[in-house]
Amino acid sequence: MNRTYELMFIVRPDMADEDLEKLISNLESTVTAAAGSIKSVDRMGKRRLAYVVRKFREGIYILLTIEGAGSVVHELERRLRVTEPVIKFLTVRIDEEQKRLEKIKKLRDAKKKVSAQPAVVAEEAPAAPAAEAVPST
Amino acid sequence: MADETKAPSERPERPAGDGPREFRPSGDRPRFGGGGGRSGPGGPPREGGRKFFRRKKVCKFCTEKIADINYKDYRLLGQFVAESGKIVPRRLTGVCSPHQHRLASAIKQARNIALLPFAGRAS
Repeated sequence: MNRTYELMFIVRPDMADEDLEKLISNLESTVTAAAGSIKSVDRMGKRRLAYVVRKFREGIYILLTIEGAGSVVHELERRLRVTEPVIKFLTVRIDEEQKRLEKIKKLRDAKKKVSAQPAVVAEEAPAAPAAEAVPST
Repeated sequence: MADETKAPSERPERPAGDGPREFRPSGDRPRFGGGGGRSGPGGPPREGGRKFFRRKKVCKFCTEKIADINYKDYRLLGQFVAESGKIVPRRLTGVCSPHQHRLASAIKQARNIALLPFAGRAS
């Protein structure tokens, strides 16, 4: 049962880079140990928090994309909870949303092709103007 | 149309969450100027019979074809959060029901990860 999850977490702003790298590689090994895989790691950098979390006003945001079963998330969240520098985390399942978006995209592409074939303007323009342009030319 | 008639009673609430003000210009203004006759149903003739035109609000996500309402996109979500941090109701923003639903859950997720405030301006 493979699902895709997005795990965003915040570490304290005064964390050193090498510690952060160590933390991330630690998490990676946790994921692979639980028969999951990491698809991407996105260090979003330091950002101001919208509210104070554990007396911190800013934090370093990191976004992981993970594939695997729910048990991977369970283990990962447990790890994060006991990791001192991590001040907040959020896991979101994204595979169904991705599927939905792909469906919409496919639908739009199909529409675009139909309207774009007579006129050669096959650009990012929405379908409606393209359809209008056909009779006028 | 139901919200048109209901609007006056909601008026006093406005100052509390003054987020919606920014929505007004953001939409498609030109429609108002162009299709003058269309916006006829504009509100009830209060304020001493002064004609009151109200632009028909349209869903930002439908018109701009934003399929993905994501919690990471806090700039987009911020447009639908009042100064007080509240989610702006649909009757003020014109967002359609399915999109408002997604929007609300995205805002709540963003709040959870400190991208948006629960209350008040982002500190």
